[in-house]
Amino acid sequence: MQVSRDFSHYVRAAGEGLQHIDLAVEGVHCAGCMAKIERGLSAIPDVTLARVNLTDRRVALEWKEGTLDPARFIDRLEELGYKAYPYETASAEATEVAESRFLLRCLGVAAFATMNVMMLSIPVWSGNVSDMLPEQRDFFHWLSALIALPAAAYAGQPFFRSAWRALAAKTTNMDVPISIGVTLALGMSVVETINHAEHAYFDAAIMLLTFLLVGRVLDQNMRRRTRAVAGNLAALKAETATKFVGPDEISQVPVAAINPGDIVLLRPGERCAVDGTVIEGRSEIDQSLITGETLYVTADRGTPVYAGSMNISGTLRVRVSAASEATLLAEITRLLDNALEARSRYRRLADRASRLYAPVVHATAFLTVLGWVLAGAGWHDAIVTGVAVLIITCPCALGLAIPTVQTVASGAMFKSGVLLNAGDAIERLAEADHIIFDKTGTLTLPDLDVVNAAAIPAEILGLAGQLALSSHHPVAAAVAQAARAKSPIVGAVEEAGQGVRACVDGVEIRLGRPSFCGAEELVRGGADLDPEASVVAFSRGAEKIVFTVRQALRPDAVTVIAALKPRNVGLEILSGDREPAVKAAANALGIPEWRAGVTPADKIARIEELKRRGTRVLMVGDGMNDAPSLAAAHVSMSPISAAHLSQATADLVFLGKPLAPVVTAVDYARKALHLMRQNLWLAIGYNILAVPIAISGIVTPLIAAAAMSGSSILVMLNALRARSTSRGITSWKS
Amino acid sequence: MEVLIILVPLALGLGLAGLVAFLWSLKSGQYDDLDGAAWRAIADDDPPQETQSDLAQVKR
Repeated sequence: MQVSRDFSHYVRAAGEGLQHIDLAVEGVHCAGCMAKIERGLSAIPDVTLARVNLTDRRVALEWKEGTLDPARFIDRLEELGYKAYPYETASAEATEVAESRFLLRCLGVAAFATMNVMMLSIPVWSGNVSDMLPEQRDFFHWLSALIALPAAAYAGQPFFRSAWRALAAKTTNMDVPISIGVTLALGMSVVETINHAEHAYFDAAIMLLTFLLVGRVLDQNMRRRTRAVAGNLAALKAETATKFVGPDEISQVPVAAINPGDIVLLRPGERCAVDGTVIEGRSEIDQSLITGETLYVTADRGTPVYAGSMNISGTLRVRVSAASEATLLAEITRLLDNALEARSRYRRLADRASRLYAPVVHATAFLTVLGWVLAGAGWHDAIVTGVAVLIITCPCALGLAIPTVQTVASGAMFKSGVLLNAGDAIERLAEADHIIFDKTGTLTLPDLDVVNAAAIPAEILGLAGQLALSSHHPVAAAVAQAARAKSPIVGAVEEAGQGVRACVDGVEIRLGRPSFCGAEELVRGGADLDPEASVVAFSRGAEKIVFTVRQALRPDAVTVIAALKPRNVGLEILSGDREPAVKAAANALGIPEWRAGVTPADKIARIEELKRRGTRVLMVGDGMNDAPSLAAAHVSMSPISAAHLSQATADLVFLGKPLAPVVTAVDYARKALHLMRQNLWLAIGYNILAVPIAISGIVTPLIAAAAMSGSSILVMLNALRARSTSRGITSWKS
Repeated sequence: MEVLIILVPLALGLGLAGLVAFLWSLKSGQYDDLDGAAWRAIADDDPPQETQSDLAQVKR
């Protein structure tokens, strides 16, 4: 059978007879990589553009239509030492990019206006105490208005829109007092300018917008970067399926190009990327990613298979069904919808703060006006003082207090391998006081590992590893990896469902089922020690060895669990796997609370029970069966190897083999929440100092500008401390 | 004070020119890859050995 790779799904026309494709590339870190890739790809004839984007870790390629097969670029990159895969921009990411450009444009306009208005304001401030003519002052005020009004109308859009949305939904957020403050400050300044008054606040209003936009742009850039990396990781998983394009002809196509009714081929060692029904063949499949159950299930004609199952022994032909009709998925999706709805009711710290803040500030301003009128001042002066209170309390520092901490903390988490999916994940993670772990794929590694590798002579392990390279069986792959085997043995023959054999130096060596190697005797003695392990035997002549292969705990799981205990969190394992397997893991890790054989609904029930007791649960899980409970928990985390659905649901995703990111993330989140609260107090403290001055009516635009920038810079500097955590996080980085 | 008639438009004009330059650079995608741009500035244009060996590999 002929296999071809078909990437035409990702190719788009770039005009003028050119074609374009974007590739996500793994391992691009420096200028050297950038130059190497660009040169290597440009050297291919007919390539017109090869440009690396180092921030997003992607390559954009263009070539003359019909001259090249995109698969060639991927092969070329592989020769250069990079793994690459076509990348399709998700609509969510395209929106983020557009949003980030818009914010940057707003910031540019606001910064331009601030600088020019300041240039006009400083002569006015100094002129008021020297010899400036009133006509000159008015001229400068009018010029300021000319610059500040259109600039604020343009650059204020992000705030006005968000405030309007909040008001339309009958809530408030921080953008409501910001919008009111800016609008009133500008409006009053125009009136004052018409009346030839001494003070106008164009500078303060536009400066406020500039500072807040700096915070928004930084926040947006971090979010965009996280999304780009997450998008790359999804692309590099290279979810492809082998589709029958003719009775005997198969083609490797991206999953996105598969339709219901198509027939796909599933070979041993491959993970199924679609939902469907077996129409031909017989095999064992591993559904642990879906159910958490590590025992293999036998699949033959008529057995449904779900995306994420691993095919173990035989080759299967699968007819693709419509994903929504699959009962397991439908059930999980239903649970997921309910759980997600419950969580969207969470109120962010910033929103809670603005809820208290806006009424207090607006009431203070109103009382100031009333107070001055009662004290005998004119309405005009009273209103001017009232507006001055609003300007000076305009939540510049408050608006920056939380986003800046969030940006710095998510940047630090990003560096230590934790990606944030949800904007408010940091706050919720910091509040978590009970952690529920799933076992399979979360506490254990998703790949199999040879448990007794240390007890086997290095020479035999090496030989078995080389032999294992000739087999597609996942257990064999584990042996090959344990032995770090590189080159396969020439002339090795695989016997389907049995094992591999080869001849080395005149002696026959075999790797496979114990019966295939004549090692049943050895297995009967050893297998009952470890109920969830698979065994694979190796023989060289009369010499016989048994490998015990199982999903191993993550290398640092024990240390991480030990490190979590002094952090005042409850620990628990909820697993869909069998009791002996869960019990063994719980004992090894020292977690006293565990439950085995739990269904997705049971997991949710347990989380709800904990919630009623006032516990805030962090759920760490990876399987598709965990997705609903990930959504039900207060906050959730998934390893990058998780099923698609779980990864999309989890608030945080961590990369790599170690479990350490769980501790790191908890530490960073707690530190960040602490700093957010501290920043809120700093901002409130500033207001307590500034408000009496404003009420007394002696605020000049100079005081307003100085107070506003001073408090904003203080809050930003404090936020920078979120980069490090107090608990010696460096030891976790390795 | 007549000098203001020249100086004020001049100052605003310069500011506007800066703004236009910024918007142009944004539109032409110069902020899309800040990490890469930082390195490109110091990258060598044409290291001869690498290019040739790369070419040779492709031809083979």
